[in-house]
Amino acid sequence: MKINNGVDGMAWGDWETLADADATEAWGAALGRACGNGAVVYLFGDLGAGKTTLCRGLLHGLGHQGNVKSPTYTLVEPYEDIRPRVYHFDLYRLADPEELEFMGIRDYFSGEHLCLVEWPQRGQGLLPSADCEVELQVVGTHRQLRCRACTREGKSIVMRMQQAVRTS
Amino acid sequence: MRVLGIESSCDETGVALYDSERGLLSHALFSQVAMHADYGGVVPELASRDHVRKLLPLCEEVLSRAELDLSSVDAIAYTAGPGLIGALMVGGSFAHALAFALDVPVLGVHHMEGHLLAPMLEPQPPEFPFVALLVSGGHTQLVKVDGIGRYTLLGESVDDAAGEAFDKAAKMLELGYPGGPQVAALAEQGVPGRFVFPRPMTDRPGLAFSFSGLKTFTLNTVNAAKADGSWSDQTRADIALAFETAVVETLAIKCRRALQETGCRRLVVAGGVSANRHLRKVLSEQMGKVQGEVFYARPEFCTDNGAMIAYAGCQRLQAGQRDGDRIWAVPRWPMAELPPLDALCEDGLREPSN
Repeated sequence: MKINNGVDGMAWGDWETLADADATEAWGAALGRACGNGAVVYLFGDLGAGKTTLCRGLLHGLGHQGNVKSPTYTLVEPYEDIRPRVYHFDLYRLADPEELEFMGIRDYFSGEHLCLVEWPQRGQGLLPSADCEVELQVVGTHRQLRCRACTREGKSIVMRMQQAVRTS
Repeated sequence: MRVLGIESSCDETGVALYDSERGLLSHALFSQVAMHADYGGVVPELASRDHVRKLLPLCEEVLSRAELDLSSVDAIAYTAGPGLIGALMVGGSFAHALAFALDVPVLGVHHMEGHLLAPMLEPQPPEFPFVALLVSGGHTQLVKVDGIGRYTLLGESVDDAAGEAFDKAAKMLELGYPGGPQVAALAEQGVPGRFVFPRPMTDRPGLAFSFSGLKTFTLNTVNAAKADGSWSDQTRADIALAFETAVVETLAIKCRRALQETGCRRLVVAGGVSANRHLRKVLSEQMGKVQGEVFYARPEFCTDNGAMIAYAGCQRLQAGQRDGDRIWAVPRWPMAELPPLDALCEDGLREPSN
């Protein structure tokens, strides 16, 4: 696994190949370890690109023991048994970003929690901005992933991941 | 006891009147599927706003069909969870306000217990104990049922629910919402054997399900067909059939294992996916071979409805269980946490007082 990103840390890194679901989960676990104090992470990618798989790896990496179910029907799945607390959103079925207000969106994005947001484009305008963004795509039968930092906190997350890769 | 049941946990608004002596008196349903189809799925706040518009007219319709008025209602039951919080709040507020005005008991019941007990509304209801397979858009679970409120979770999906997998496969096959019936209809034109999909988690022991890998397999198959120029209506139908067969056989294999493990001979299949004809055929054949019995709700009571809530509520209200002043809306609520029928519950089913 390698973590590439642009010169200033804010540009998209290179695409890297994820051979299978295990590789996607391992990448998620590394991201989780780097997000020690909470963050907002946007996850882009089509249906079946591996967004929930990445979240599963992240959650198990942080010590969550149980299942990681797709939040498609519930909009958000909370994981309050681990630190930082993780809230896994799937906004695929959101019709209007204003609906986020009805969900009490502000309570989730307190800064101390790690918020993973699938389909963030559906919440544009009302969704708090991301510290880092991850994009997944399907190429043939495998997946590709790239990431970028959007804030100073995001930059340290990406740097921590790079360090972890160097020392592993 | 005559119980008015109100269901508003997700897509549908359902109201029904159930009489403990005379059975189901009337029921009415307003589906929001047409509205949601534009968005490719359930839209939480659109759903809750529309429940507001539909509840009162549905309630009036149910009473007038039964040729009764509100004074004949002895108690009220509503869906307290699991579901979408905004949608649940609408039904809960309506039920509590009406109960307060009529001075009758009210109880927030569990949506999946409603589904589980829906086959009890049929002429030949199952006897306890039995194994229940609950399959819908939000759930895929196997439960051992020893009586009302005596549930043991045997296994559930570790990722996507079976109904959700149908919805996502439908999207990949360029079909509309809800996905289950459309994939099933397309599968009827399919040629068996052209594509063979995996049967997830059947090669190892256990009763857990996983449908996320099947979604990936469908996507890869669709992309491969598009890449090699074989994407056509026939290919879509062949993929739909292979997908449906994989889901159905996976569910059937797990049911067989659950019956073996528990020693039960009765199987109850409930939830939206239980209306799937292919699933019913395979399960009936399987149960026939072992001299077992399989029970379903009638198709209109497989999906969300008020009748199952009125029935489940009636059993518990008759046992003296009821809400206090608190309106319950519980988005996540494991069914195994429900109290048995003989528990003292005076402030809802969420926290029994003994």
